Amino acid sequence: MSRYYVNKFLFQADRSPELLAAYKADPVAALARWEEDHGRWLDKNATVERTTWLAFTDEERRALEEHDHVALFELGAHWFPTLQVFVGMHEKDYEATSGPLSYQREFAADLAHWRGRTYPDIRP
Amino acid sequence: MAVVSAVLATTHHPFFYRETELTPPERRRPEAAEWKRKVEAYRETLTAARPDLLVMVGADHFHQLFYDNYPTFLIGKQPRYDATWHNEERYFGLPTFVLDGHEDLSGHLLQGLMDRGFDFAVSHELKLDHSITCAILAVRPEGDLPIVPIYTNIFAPPLARPARFYALGQAIRDVIEAYPGDQRVAVIGTGHLSLEIGGPRQFQETAPDLEFDRRAVEWLADGDIDAILENVTPQVLEAAGNATDGFLDLVLMLGVAGRGKAHHADHLELFQTTEAFFTWYPQGDPR
Repeated sequence: MSRYYVNKFLFQADRSPELLAAYKADPVAALARWEEDHGRWLDKNATVERTTWLAFTDEERRALEEHDHVALFELGAHWFPTLQVFVGMHEKDYEATSGPLSYQREFAADLAHWRGRTYPDIRP
Repeated sequence: MAVVSAVLATTHHPFFYRETELTPPERRRPEAAEWKRKVEAYRETLTAARPDLLVMVGADHFHQLFYDNYPTFLIGKQPRYDATWHNEERYFGLPTFVLDGHEDLSGHLLQGLMDRGFDFAVSHELKLDHSITCAILAVRPEGDLPIVPIYTNIFAPPLARPARFYALGQAIRDVIEAYPGDQRVAVIGTGHLSLEIGGPRQFQETAPDLEFDRRAVEWLADGDIDAILENVTPQVLEAAGNATDGFLDLVLMLGVAGRGKAHHADHLELFQTTEAFFTWYPQGDPR
């Protein structure tokens, strides 16, 4: 379980247009490069101090590599950066064909089986 | 000493600007005109208080603050503040601002709140997000008054309890009223009623829990902190929607306002969430 590390990726992808575009185009390559360039570095945009022990579980890596937002929700990724990243990748495409907020509504529908249940714990 | 000339507690709906300004009139939602009218009426409640300074209460949404080091309470102490992050321009179409700060009042609040047992973090390089700019756009779009920003953690659990938020609001009021000078300070805070983000109840045609919203609007309009502390637990907030913790900042604002009915109370049930607008005048209604 490394919710912190998943959130760290989502947080940084949300803030960086370059990382977000790379993650949309080729998630496997973008994730690998992010781990090397940013994930295991302490602080934001730093390249001096390392955090040596951060790593994804296999399940987390698969969810990120497959753009699986339902799995991310179920693994306890924080809902805000998750939505931000997925909206950032898909909203414009959906809006062009299906109208405003159509992506956000589909995102919610994908999680419909969680209605009325206690959501997964998001505390890292 | 300074006086608190107005206390404003409101929700922040980041789509307000996009829905009422950026969207062409023929494509606006039917409720856009009423929404704008209500916001403009709310703006007048601040104008009537003739503020010299604004103390702004909000919460960073993982723009600058993150789980590597997320403070429970933080104050900015800067001569100026940049506002609006890239991803807020991308998603909400929000404009950027550079707002003047008031370092002396920031320092006074930091020390005064520490002395009253609130162990604040402080930032000297804080960039503000829509929890502050939505309120600026709503009630002071000129952005011409110096501000002091206070951030709370309503976002990255575990969170402080409702009673702690209320007590912080009371302390903020006390410390401002001990500030030497004759400034008229308005305290403006934004939060949420029931809200869901990134979950199955997001972006519905109404808020995820209208029953919670109707009770919350009544509690706030009546200044009924006893009912809030009796009824609002972390479990109740979670059940109303995964982002309903933003209500805690409205509880904080009730602490600033003190007991008593709001002089202005209004709300509007909208898509995704209910907007609500409350103003108290501790010095008496100037209108």
